[in-house]
Parts: sequence; structure tokens; C-alpha cells
Amino acid sequence: MRKKRIVNRLNSSGELEALRQSIVGSRDPKKTCIVVCGGTGCLALGAEDVIAGFRQELRERGLESKIDLRITGCPGFCERGTLVVIKPENILYQQVRGEDVPEIISETIKGSIVDRLLYVDPNTGKKVTYENDVPFYKKQKRLLLGDNANIDPTIIDDYLALGGYTALSKALFKMSPEGIIEEVKKSGLRGRGGGGFPTGVKWETCRHAHGDTRYIICNCDEGDPGAFMDRSLMEGNPHSVLEGMIIGAYAIGGHEGYIYVRNEYPLAVKNAQIAIKQAEEYGLLGKNILGSGFDFAVKISRGGGAFVCGESTALMASLEGKVGEPRAKYVHTVEKGLYDKPTNLNNVETWANVPLIINNGAGWYSAIGSEGSKGTKIFSLVGKINNTGLVEVSMGISLREIIYDIGGGIPGGKKFKAVQTGGPSGGCIPESMLNLPVDFDQLTKAGSMMGSGGMIVMDEDTCMVDIAKYFVSFLEGESCGKCVPCREGLKRMSQILTDIAQGKGKDGDIGLLERLSSTLIDSSLCALGSSAPNPVLTTLRYFRDEYEAHIRDKRCPAGVCKELVTYLISEEKCPGCGLCVKACPVEAITFMGKKKPVVLDQEKCVKCGSCYDVCKLDAVIRE
Amino acid sequence: MVTLTIDGRQVQAEAGATILEVAQDNNIYIPTLCFNEAVKPYGACRLCLVEITRGKRERLVASCLYEVEEGLQVKTNSERISSNRRMLMELLLARCPNNKAIQDLARQLGVDGTNFKLEDKNCILCALCVRTCTEVVGVSAISLVNRGTDRQMATPFYEPSDVCIGCGSCAYVCPTGAIGFEDVGDTRHIYWPNNSMEFKLKKCSTCGKYWAPERQLEDIIKKANLASDAFDNCPDCRD
Repeated sequence: MRKKRIVNRLNSSGELEALRQSIVGSRDPKKTCIVVCGGTGCLALGAEDVIAGFRQELRERGLESKIDLRITGCPGFCERGTLVVIKPENILYQQVRGEDVPEIISETIKGSIVDRLLYVDPNTGKKVTYENDVPFYKKQKRLLLGDNANIDPTIIDDYLALGGYTALSKALFKMSPEGIIEEVKKSGLRGRGGGGFPTGVKWETCRHAHGDTRYIICNCDEGDPGAFMDRSLMEGNPHSVLEGMIIGAYAIGGHEGYIYVRNEYPLAVKNAQIAIKQAEEYGLLGKNILGSGFDFAVKISRGGGAFVCGESTALMASLEGKVGEPRAKYVHTVEKGLYDKPTNLNNVETWANVPLIINNGAGWYSAIGSEGSKGTKIFSLVGKINNTGLVEVSMGISLREIIYDIGGGIPGGKKFKAVQTGGPSGGCIPESMLNLPVDFDQLTKAGSMMGSGGMIVMDEDTCMVDIAKYFVSFLEGESCGKCVPCREGLKRMSQILTDIAQGKGKDGDIGLLERLSSTLIDSSLCALGSSAPNPVLTTLRYFRDEYEAHIRDKRCPAGVCKELVTYLISEEKCPGCGLCVKACPVEAITFMGKKKPVVLDQEKCVKCGSCYDVCKLDAVIRE
Repeated sequence: MVTLTIDGRQVQAEAGATILEVAQDNNIYIPTLCFNEAVKPYGACRLCLVEITRGKRERLVASCLYEVEEGLQVKTNSERISSNRRMLMELLLARCPNNKAIQDLARQLGVDGTNFKLEDKNCILCALCVRTCTEVVGVSAISLVNRGTDRQMATPFYEPSDVCIGCGSCAYVCPTGAIGFEDVGDTRHIYWPNNSMEFKLKKCSTCGKYWAPERQLEDIIKKANLASDAFDNCPDCRD
């Protein structure tokens, strides 16, 4: 265990550098360090047991001074948690459980490897020893997430040891506010929260806005189903976000900042609180930062978890203690935002990019990525995909590379059907477009969007009408209800889609959905309403035949929509094994004796598909 | 002053005015439901959408909120606008199929029916009542509760409000008549869409007529710092 270092306030860039040297000097790079992921995904998979196990075992064996233990944020490979990496060799153990701990320690001190905990590449069948050789990581470019595994987010020294706050020091002492803005503009950084607006231009407008008070906000209200990029950055490397905010505040001329983080992210809230406190103690935040004369304070505001509060004006209303409802942005928030003062709001990931740009320069940054979208983007790759997790890739990489090379393809040998990008109001992109380069402009052209980086993969068993219905009903529930098109329109879209899914669709429903979509796009008050039709429009654009099958033939081709599906037992194929009898939750299937086909009572059947899933002999037929 | 063009007509307007205000001043009709000059614009009904052109970019904006700019080109009635307005009216008509104000406006905008399942409401959630109660009356007795499709206009927790003075301004500004209001004997009844309240009326010490809610009179006495007997007589019996 590392001892707590007592440090006086840092009063200059020299003192910061000296501290860094002393931290680095006190650490032996060859010393064994056991790194355990303590991110939310691994915690859900039992990381707490693993961590407690290591602590106890190291203490009992008297190894605490010989082996370091570091609890980090999420490195991304959530599918295989709990993740443990042995440094400096970078040996990766996956799916580690509490009971594996003694063996890991025993083998580690012998200098050998626990073979059974290594990752097996499903494509080659070979075991992979080192983290960097795992295909999931190989094609990624982990500028932001990479450090998660090297930092205990509750220890600022870990961040400093890796060069943390050098960008701030450079910005404060070697650059002018205008120079910083110019650098960010030249880097081509665009807002990662979904809009993709050029960050430097936003900063510049805010700097030049009228008034003395300027607010700086970090939007950590990530609310897309299945998305956890911002959460993992805030949990795993909060200082990188904070450093970006301080640099931005200096460039814009703001002295007060807020991190708006949803309360459902308890670890993000906690780690951000710790980071703020530590940065204040070190003189990196608060009054007279690093002796530069620049003041900047950051407070945390915890959101109640309304999706719409991720929208900037709703977020600001919520910050002011009002109901989180958007307002028209004809006067932009950079001019009139929080408390009607100029306010610069950026997303977590945007802020985390800033120190990289300042340290490495706009030229370095803009060499990464595609023509109109620079740098990397983190996606949360979820759904029907082998390697669920967080992936960080250069902008412009193809969907195919993300899904197959990094994501490892679709589980169970199923066929890929679509990928939904951009969160609930993103669009579904079909197989024919898998070579699409992933960047802001290309995704928009395809009818979808970058959004904040959700990526939900769907296989052949997915019904696209059902998917559109799901996202529309999510948005209907999250609409604030202020404007007519969003509140009333989404309710009607949801009703029409439900009717179609239940076999009650009518001729003209598709046209009505299209007309409703166009009104939502044109007339909604905020982007929640105007982007809400995307899942409907893209599924209509790429999977229209599925809608037609539901409406005209009262058939769900994917066999998902319960009202349109019937399960039957094939008397020829059923050997009467009784597996389906056990699986049926409503006792609709009767065992008729060995080697006699079972009997399914259609009256009782709730069409859950459990029998279909358990039968390996294709004796359950879905029609 | 700025000069802009609305439907091909060049008009002058004061800087800071909204497109809707300027249009109204120049007798150019733009339909609205959630606008009332007594309160701040809100932009919820979206019927006042107009098409503006700035440079090459055309877009729809809510005219009640958009402030005029020099050289702005505004169309108040293009096909794009009217098709949006028709769909908005269709949605409102499905929500309030039996409401006269909505039926009339729908007909006026060329909508004679709706493709959606009919509900039977009168409140369109324009928040004029809530905004008037807060901005004009200054008591904030009512608000919009819940979110999205569950949104309703009500007093907190649907309980009788401690602060409501029974002035009836909410009923007065309601564009669809969704709030009922009547004085019977010594009692005023206010019927909101989701709950109601009764108020004791003050009796004129001269003619004996019940003429205004006691709470409202107390509120005025307090705010205007009047003598406690200032309203003992009704306006007809005052000297």
C-alpha cells in the first residue's frame, strides 16, 4: 500500500514538476503491481470480493511492501470482468473471482502465470497472455481510456506521475487564453456530447460574450440506455476531466464551474468529489492556481436522472433548481446560459481531450481521425456482441472493424442485422453499410448520429419494428412534455408502433409515421424531440419490408412480436425429453411420457419463447 | 430600429421585439395558443412557427421567442409551415376532440379530423394559467406536475392550495376554457382539470352582496399595504 503523501500547496509550475519527479522517483517501475478494475461493470461482476481477497492475502502473507495493489477505473473489456492485470509484465487475467486470488498471488511471486485465467481468442483458440495482445484492445487507440488502468482515481499522485496537470501548467504559464482557444480550434475537436459543435469556436464565442461572469459546465448526465463512456471516464480518470475544465475556464475567462452528474452514478460522484478535494489541496484548483493568479472553483451538482437534463438548457434549469425543461436556444447558452450569464458547457469526453491537445499540440491531434472529425471517440459497444465493453477508436474507423475486429462479432453464430448508434434517438444502420466510416458527418448522412457514443448491436433475431417501438417509448417516457409535437407526437408514434407490433397496423400507418416524424423534426422545441424520429425513419428506410410484413401479412419476420407469433411442437421431431416442460413458466406444456411428443396448450401459452430457446432439436416451431 | 421583411412586406421594428409582436403590430396573422402578452413567451404550442432565412439557411422558429434582426426574411405561411401546423392541430384535436376552441382553430387551419385515437381532454398544457399565477398574480399556487405524457396542471400534490387566493386569473387566461369558475352564494368554485377548490367570498358591509374572495382581498391589502377595512364595501358601495 502506498503511504499518503503530505504535500503543501503548489505555488508554481516548478513546484509541480518537482513534486512529479519525487513521486516518479519514489516508485520502482519494476515492482510488481496487481491492478484490479474497480469500475462499475467489474464491481457488478464481483470485483469487491477480488479486491478484498487481494488485500487480505497480501497482508496475511506479509507481501504488502513487495507487491502493490491498485484499484482502477474501467479499462473497457467489461465482458470479461473482473479484470486483473499484473504489472509491469501486463499479464491479463479475466473473469477473476474471489477464489482465484490466492493462486494468482502464489504464481505471481514465483514469476509464473495462472494459465486457466488467461483470455482465449475465440477465433484462433489460442490463449493470450499479455493485455496488449488481446484483439479487443489491439485495434483501439486509447488516448483517453488508456490511462484508466494506470491510475487509482482516488490518488492524485497516480495522475501526476503520468504527467497529469502538465497541460494546465503549460496553459497557465506559457500560453495566452487566445492562444489556447486557437490551439483547440486548430485541433478540430468537436463536442462529444452529441452535437459535434467545434469546441474552440464555442469557447471563443463564450469568451467574447458580454458580461463579467462566465460559467463552465461539465455535462456528465449521460442517460442513453446502454451507454457508459462518460461514467467510466469520470469514475476512472476524473482529474483528466478536471484539468480540461480548468484549462477551458482559463481560456474562456470563467471562475466558477459545475460538474453536473447524475446521482445514479454514485462512483462517478464520489471520485469527482475526491478529485476536486485533492486538486484544491494541491493548489491546482481554487484560488491562485499554481501561483498564477487565476482562480477557478468547481462544484458538483447531482442530477435526478432525467434523460432530458442532458440537454444543455434543461441541464442549466436543473442546476438553477428549476424543473429540468429545455428552452429555445435562439440566444445561445454561450451568451445567455446559467443564470442568464455566458456559459460554456462541454461533455465529459470533450473536456478530457483538452489536456491531450495542449500537451501534444493541435497538429498531433488533428492528424488523428477523419477529414471532418478529429481525434478518437469512445463507444459503448453493447447488445448482441461478443466483446461488450468500452472501445476507443480513431474517428473514421469502419463500423465493421469496430463490430468484428474489436467487438469479436455476433455471439452464437447469429447473423448481424443492424447497429444503432447515437443513443435512443440515433438510427439503425444495416449490414449493407458496415463499411461506413464512423464520424460525425457520415453517421448523420446515414440517418443516424454520433450522439454521445452509444452503439447497440442487433442480430437476426431482432425485430426492427419492436426496436423502433422500444426507443420511441423510451423517449416518450423521457420527454419533458413541454412542447406539443414531442409530448403528443411521441405518444401517437408509440401507439401506432404498438398497434403495428400487435398486428393491428393499418394501411396508411407508415405514411402517418413519416408525417409525424417530419413535424417532430421541424417543430420540436429541443433536440430530444427533433431527433426522436431517427429510430423510426432509419428502420423505415432500411427495413421497410418488416413494417409491411407486420401490417399487411400480420407477420413478424424475426418472431419477436408476441401477438404475431405462435409456437408449435413438431410431433415428428419431439422426443419428449421434457426440457421445454421444465422451461415453461406457465405450465402450458404437458409431458406425455417418454418418447412421446409433449403437448402445448395454446390457451395458456404466453409466447415467451423459453421452450424455443431450450430445445436443441428444432422440435419447437415458431411461426 | 431594425428593418425586416415579413411575407414580402418590409416592416420596421424595435430591436428586441419578437417576430410575433412585430407581425401582430402590422396586422399579420400568426396562430397561437400558448401566447399571451401578459406573460413571458413560452414556445410550447409551436403553432406560431415561421420560416426564416438568414444567408442561405432556412429554418423554422417559434415566432413568439425569436427576436427580430436586421434584414431578416420571414415567411408566416409557407407550405412547410402549414403542414406542420396542420399536424400540430391534428394532435391537439385528438387530445381535445370536444373542445370548441380547438375545433374552431383546427377548422380555420384546414384540419377537419384526426387520424389518431381520440381522448377527451380540454387542457392543452400551454401553462398560461401557471405562468399567469406566477408572473402576474405572484403566488405560484398551481404548476405543471409529472413529466411527458403524464404531465398535468394541478396544485401541489393535488391538495387544496394554501397560497391560492381564488382570483380566477387561471380560468381567465385559459385559451381552451379548461378551467371552470363560478360564484354560488357565498362561495367561489374553481375547477381545474385535475382538482378543484372552494373560496369564501367577502360580504359587502353595505349592500350585503358577496363580491370577491376573502383571500384575494387579504392578499391585495398585504401587498399594497392598505388599511384592513379597505375592502369592507364592494366597489358599488364605495364612496
